[in-house]
Amino acid sequence: MSAPTAHDPAALEQLVAAKEVIVACGSGGVGKTTTAAALAAAVAARLGGRVLVLTVDPAKRLADALGLKGIGNEATRIPTSSFEAAGVKPKGELYAAMLDMSESWDALVRRHAPDARTAGQILANPLYRNISRRFSQGQDYIAMERLYELHEEGSYDLLVVDTPPSRNALDLLDAPARMQDFFSSRLLHWLTVPYRSRLVNLASKPFYQVADRVLGSQLLQDVADFFILFQTMREGFVARASAVDRLLHDLRTTFLLVTTLEAVPGREALEMKAALSERRLHLGLLVCNRVLPSTLTDPSSHEAAEALSAGAGELAELLSRQGAGELPADVTARVIEEVAGSFSNFRQVATRESELARELSSAHGVTVSVPYQPGHVADLSGLLQMGGTIWGEPGRSPRRRRS
Amino acid sequence: MTDLLARRLLFVTGKGGVGKTTVAAALGLLAAEQGKRTLVCEVEPKGDLSAAYECGPTPFKGREVGPGLTAMSMDTEASLREYLRLIARVPVVGRIGPVATAFDFVATAAPGIREILTVGKLCYEVRERHYDLVVVDASATGQVIGQLAAPSGINELVRVGLIRSQTDWMIEILADPAVTGAVIVTTPEEMPVSEAVDLAGRLGRETAVRLACVVANRVLPELFGHREEEVFERLCGRSEKAAVAKQLGVSVEAVSSVFAAARLAVTIRRDGAGHLEQLRAGIGEEVPLVYLPYLFGRAYGLRAIRQVAESLGEEL
Ligand SMILES: Nc1ncnc2c1ncn2[C@@H]1O[C@H](COP(=O)(O)OP(=O)(O)OP(=O)(O)O)[C@@H](O)[C@H]1O
Ligand SMILES: Nc1ncnc2c1ncn2[C@@H]1O[C@H](COP(=O)(O)OP(=O)(O)OP(=O)(O)O)[C@@H](O)[C@H]1O
Ligand SMILES: [Mg+2]
Ligand SMILES: [Mg+2]
Repeated sequence: MSAPTAHDPAALEQLVAAKEVIVACGSGGVGKTTTAAALAAAVAARLGGRVLVLTVDPAKRLADALGLKGIGNEATRIPTSSFEAAGVKPKGELYAAMLDMSESWDALVRRHAPDARTAGQILANPLYRNISRRFSQGQDYIAMERLYELHEEGSYDLLVVDTPPSRNALDLLDAPARMQDFFSSRLLHWLTVPYRSRLVNLASKPFYQVADRVLGSQLLQDVADFFILFQTMREGFVARASAVDRLLHDLRTTFLLVTTLEAVPGREALEMKAALSERRLHLGLLVCNRVLPSTLTDPSSHEAAEALSAGAGELAELLSRQGAGELPADVTARVIEEVAGSFSNFRQVATRESELARELSSAHGVTVSVPYQPGHVADLSGLLQMGGTIWGEPGRSPRRRRS
Repeated sequence: MTDLLARRLLFVTGKGGVGKTTVAAALGLLAAEQGKRTLVCEVEPKGDLSAAYECGPTPFKGREVGPGLTAMSMDTEASLREYLRLIARVPVVGRIGPVATAFDFVATAAPGIREILTVGKLCYEVRERHYDLVVVDASATGQVIGQLAAPSGINELVRVGLIRSQTDWMIEILADPAVTGAVIVTTPEEMPVSEAVDLAGRLGRETAVRLACVVANRVLPELFGHREEEVFERLCGRSEKAAVAKQLGVSVEAVSSVFAAARLAVTIRRDGAGHLEQLRAGIGEEVPLVYLPYLFGRAYGLRAIRQVAESLGEEL
């Protein structure tokens, strides 16, 4: 790895203490959910206060570790006894919740519909289920919306929110703005002018003829009906979306960018970094996850691996003579060659990783590297250990740097 | 081993980032090398296919990237235009822009409209026999079911209209296991495997397309057999490492680092093997499962695609 400089362990504590909201973002599968949970656990254990981690689709083992059963928006507390079983006496309280997409959408409709009857009609509309699942950026928006709601409730000192695996990580940042655009778009307007007058105005237009012929006027009618209902929620939605956007820009909010050092996630993380700064959003913490050990790029280890590879046969003879029959020369030589070969394979990967790490870690808050953890986070103790690495537990994690 | 390339339409899918584009591009290359006129189509027009083949942009109308090999990117607006012209025979005067935007908008609400334009184009290429094989670098798990189910699902929503009347021939192509197959790509990791298993089940329940093959990509090599492992453990002992260091004239720390790296490789491999067992159990014994080695060097671009194609060729 690029020579990591020692960092001030207080930096992360200071950051976390100053913030009320941490939004974990990054490309798919890099460890956003795990990192969000580990950070929340570390804060609850070390700094204290009431900490909530809002997860999106956690892996089964992680959900189990957090005591999350089934779906539903309810937060559950991770009992102090679980911490103690993991050998930690927590200063604060850790809560976990799982984002339930459809329940959150339904709640949103109930909140913003002008009356219960309209809400009922929207919820019963056959197109609604589909929209709520597939509306582009819908998931991202819901995550941000839930965050806002929890923040408004004010029952937690710190909210750590995980985000859905977007096809494009940037969608997340623009989700509130897009929700506003959606409601002000001309097409929505067009679709929601009363059907009769639209027929009169537009029946003669070529678009309508084509659309009607290809899709059938019944479908157009269904869609229009749906949007007319949906339109009734406009005011509430737009106001809410801009409040969500303000919260993301608030001084009390910071972003946690999670990435691995593989080519594609790394490139996306670089883009995400640029996008955050372009939108004046605060990037407080960068976590490089599942990194390979820095010793892989040590020149002295490389030299040793080369020597092992070159001297495998001779070495095996020697060891086999000393090894009292337990180290047969042929097998030993094979093992040594494999060991050296594997080192050089992984060294290639680690060298690429360290170049990317250098690019990523320039010019912003705290950067933390979390090593690949075999048999990873099967329980709270695993989470706490990862949290310790992020937190900069003395002696545990030498691979941290602050620029 | 499998008759994968004997089919005419292959949808390559799986979790984001597992190697769908890599595998689709390699399958295309392999098929073209076997003399098949092959089309590879990227459904999400991110430009990854053109990066894989190291060629220029791959437009909707296709770009020849090698002998017998064409690459294209899906574009639902272009597909709509082609559809209107060729199938619906609707005279489109002037710009299609507003129509396309409106379709886009309606498609946001109505399931299957956008999907049918995607799948329709692919089935059309198969039906017209422009190619012997169409390999689709399909969408990730989340969207692919919607795409494959679109021709049958759309009937529920679109009760009249031309689109409705055009789905039968598509279903015929998609439902014929000798013609169409899905290839699920995964990696030996927890989430990709559980998504793959999930997807395999949903394909069977919710679509007419059969699972043809599962590809486990990025599989690490097995360093040691049982005997080697025992020897390795002994070598990791303190006195053995010291003897090695002394003999080679390097530091004990350096030797330890090299051994530790091997141990990490073994552990990652073992973690992965556990996930692959889950995969096998989840998809059942009858589905062919193909392993592709982890590429330690540069894993993108034409050279990497060739390497993957070669491994696929050996396995298939
Ligand atoms: N440091 C680590 N070492 C080893 N495995 C890890 C590490 N961090 C996370 N993982 C594993 O990687 C997988 C993906 O992690 P996680 O679910 O947190 O990612 P994600 O970014 O939330 O994914 P998605 O985008 O699908 O939501 C999980 O199986 C997790 O256990
Ligand atoms: N066998 C392999 N060994 C090492 N790296 C690989 C291998 N196959 C693919 N990769 C790397 O994994 C990354 C993702 O591959 P690819 O783009 O094919 O995935 P994808 O599933 O198409 O992703 P997306 O969901 O973003 O479209 C690329 O950087 C690629 O180089
Ligand atoms: Mg996640
Ligand atoms: Mg791809």
